Amino acid sequence: MTCKEFLALLDDLIDDEVTPGMRTELQTHLGRCGHCEVVLNTTRKTIEIYRSHEIYDLPTDLRERLHSAIMSRCKKGC
Amino acid sequence: MPTIQSIAGQIEPHPDVALVERVRGGDVSAYDTLVRKYERQLFRIAQHITQNREDAEDVMQDAFLKAYEKLEQFQGNSKFYTWLVRIAVNESLMRLRKRRTGKMVSIDEDIETDEGSVPRDLADWAPDPEQNYGQAELAEILRKTIQGLPPGFRIVFVLRDVEGLSTEETAETLGLSVPAVKSRLLRARLQLRERLSRYFHKRKGLMETGTVK
Repeated sequence: MTCKEFLALLDDLIDDEVTPGMRTELQTHLGRCGHCEVVLNTTRKTIEIYRSHEIYDLPTDLRERLHSAIMSRCKKGC
Repeated sequence: MPTIQSIAGQIEPHPDVALVERVRGGDVSAYDTLVRKYERQLFRIAQHITQNREDAEDVMQDAFLKAYEKLEQFQGNSKFYTWLVRIAVNESLMRLRKRRTGKMVSIDEDIETDEGSVPRDLADWAPDPEQNYGQAELAEILRKTIQGLPPGFRIVFVLRDVEGLSTEETAETLGLSVPAVKSRLLRARLQLRERLSRYFHKRKGLMETGTVK
């Protein structure tokens, strides 16, 4: 397997959508290619960081204000 | 009808379906529950697309009001959340069009780029690299980095990886094919990885560069 072929299957590997046979091939490639191992690990980390950090915070007071505005209009039939 | 698989193997309706039915029956408090459940997510999605806080506030309100008005049209063949996100994405794109008068805004914009399709930065990251930054500094890095993605990549990454929609739900929400979502997701992930690398490299040790074979 070449690095290009590995990259084409990177998402499937990250999302756990590969067959056991394909997984073995990918693992074999990883065992001998440090670059692809870095790409895999850092791509996983990229996703994890974005998933676990709130970058657009909705402060409680603003949230309450928007919530009240929405519900008050819904109660009036919008 | 959206369903979840119970332990016993029986199909049970998604809890949102019961709330939607109550709203349809005139119980506004059930809608209050749905708004509380999803307001943060909708605000985040709107902010990611519009990149403007005031627009995101307006989009969030408009999306919930529109969903309330159109609740009869909700068929139940997709999740309520997915249906709601679709409304919010459309509202966000409309808001962007208004702001950039005369300029076409769509999720197909600016996707003709090869950036990130071949990883170039192959140096490893520090273990738990985010711990090298304060919370506010890290948030700024993450915002700046994701804002630099083409809109069509950014929306796919946000829905699929941040908000946890499936590939199929993301495709349905954006009116894209599943292969188009998969292709954009890979490019988005690789571009973000590439751009974050400059912040998250190991601070000491060998800085390795090169290209994949």
